[in-house]
Amino acid sequence: MDSGDLALQYFLSGITKGSIYAVVAIGFNLIYSATGILNFAQGEFVMLGGMLAVTLAQFVPLPVAVAGAVVVVACLGCLLEVSLFRKLRRHSVMHMVIITIGLSIVIQEAALHLWDEKVRSLPYFTGNEVTSLRILGAAISPQVLWVLGTVAIGVALLHGFLKFTLVGRAMRACSSNAEAAMLAGINTSNMRTLSFGLSAALGALAGCVISPITLTHYEMGAPLAIKGFAAAILGGLGNPMAAVLGGLLVGVAEAAAVSRLPAAYNDVAAFAILLAVLFVRPHGLLGAASGDSVREC
Amino acid sequence: MSKYTQLWAGGLLAAILVAAQLLLRVTGKDYCLTQLTMSVYYAIVVLGLCLVMGYAGQVSLGHGAFFAIGGYTSAILTTADFSRFQSLAGVGWLKSIHILEVRQNLFGSPVTTVSPWAAFLAAMVVTLVIAAVIGYPALRLKGHYLAMATLGFGLIVNKLILGSSIAGAADGISDVPPFALLGGLMVSGKSPVRVQNYYIACGLLLLLLVLLGNLVRSRMGRALRAIHDRETAANAMGINTSAVKLKVFVLSALLAALAGVLFTHYTGGIGPSEAGPLKSVRYVALAAAGGMANLWGAAVVSTLINYLSLRDWFGSFDQAVFGVILILIIALAPDGPLPPLALWVRRAARRVFGQRRPRHGAA
Repeated sequence: MDSGDLALQYFLSGITKGSIYAVVAIGFNLIYSATGILNFAQGEFVMLGGMLAVTLAQFVPLPVAVAGAVVVVACLGCLLEVSLFRKLRRHSVMHMVIITIGLSIVIQEAALHLWDEKVRSLPYFTGNEVTSLRILGAAISPQVLWVLGTVAIGVALLHGFLKFTLVGRAMRACSSNAEAAMLAGINTSNMRTLSFGLSAALGALAGCVISPITLTHYEMGAPLAIKGFAAAILGGLGNPMAAVLGGLLVGVAEAAAVSRLPAAYNDVAAFAILLAVLFVRPHGLLGAASGDSVREC
Repeated sequence: MSKYTQLWAGGLLAAILVAAQLLLRVTGKDYCLTQLTMSVYYAIVVLGLCLVMGYAGQVSLGHGAFFAIGGYTSAILTTADFSRFQSLAGVGWLKSIHILEVRQNLFGSPVTTVSPWAAFLAAMVVTLVIAAVIGYPALRLKGHYLAMATLGFGLIVNKLILGSSIAGAADGISDVPPFALLGGLMVSGKSPVRVQNYYIACGLLLLLLVLLGNLVRSRMGRALRAIHDRETAANAMGINTSAVKLKVFVLSALLAALAGVLFTHYTGGIGPSEAGPLKSVRYVALAAAGGMANLWGAAVVSTLINYLSLRDWFGSFDQAVFGVILILIIALAPDGPLPPLALWVRRAARRVFGQRRPRHGAA
């Protein structure tokens, strides 16, 4: 394989990982827009989605298992909002962010005790470990196409939902001005709950499609949350579509680092780029800088 | 907290710390002092973070890195052998002013290393420079963007430590010599000096509590709170916000490094997990659980929780219990557990002693 093919190979693996970061970053953005909270338990939704689907797949066909996992995790997301964040009216955003960190620890430990510390995975959706397609000289697993396809469709559907449906527009209204949205008769509390549910569902879906490639493990959530956070920040908070760009960039940077640097340094390059971007563009690549300093944060 | 309450709180905390030591002595559990001392050092990091987060309103998810930078600088300098530079001209002079010293390593062979005092100063200077270089651009970022930048910085430091052989890669550094302070006091984990070390750590904690308490009541502290509430307004009032933010960030980084240096000499080594993102997140969580802008709360909560987890009190549920405690404290007492506790104590005191006072007045 010549170096061009190798580069393409790394690029595709970067895009695959990056698309998962993008989904986590979209989750961060949805909740951030509706509530101002950065939900560090976002990575745990991905982990839970994968874990539940693996368990369910022992009893029901794969598509049903994936759907079941997504629904259960979405309900969990809504439940967290209704039972916890809705009650915390007096708390600052900072407090709530710390609470999500606590939640992420608790969910991770609960998963450890519910399942165990073993690494597990869903079967490949089509083919198996050794099936590969050749695209432009690079060999890729069909699962990569599943990941990219699912993420692309998910993002497109979400975009359509936010842009064209009444509920989606109500959600965007909440994020741009919660008080005005409330005056216009939008139930902002329910929109917050919906944002948690949507983020959780998206995360769980990502956790299912990525499971055959990266495997599912109870500790996988925190690193994903960190990368997803990086992607959301890189794109600019508050814009779910910028998160896709951020996620792909983080994934590709990481893959490029793996191909060039010793393995121990693979995250260093990605985060160094992130820091450099932030120091030049303090609101991310596509973030808006206007009026932020005088707004109540 | 006024000066008067601070005096009371200091006395009370000192009394509790002494009582804890005596209790452990009486029950024959002196070995628990080791973990207690370690958690006091961790509490110093949280104190610094309190200053940045609670008072200045800036988030730092990279304080584990500063702890590690301090600890590693000190550990590398005090364990690396400089004997092969013996013939160089300056070495004899460096020895004569005690920057270099000859000691025996773990295997009894003589090594020439930097003395702990010189290493300590070097660690402080290194931390100062790194914190200023990172803080200057990073503190222009706001809110979550700052959190990401500091988190990224911490991750980079962690990976660099893991990837460099001079820092011992994944094994860390061991055989760090004791740190001889003034008057025969010595920071070391050996059991004969365990009690002495406990009081060194506690004394430092109390001293810092008083000094930082004074700082937050000063002009600087008022400037910090103004920045916390509304940075633009603080700027308009003539506060040089970026300078103040940088100063307090560097100060808290230095506190973390100070704790790192002492911790490393106390435990005789340091590992890469000290710089890990989870450690940094834990410090932030502890500062928040202590009540954010509450130095005393941060000191008490972080010492207690870290002690319990270092003693492995909750076994395999340790992380889960930490998470639950965190959620409960922040959800139920966003200002930390101390203010409600103080209120409760005051009410109880009024119930017990309060009735006597009006009778006194009537008579």
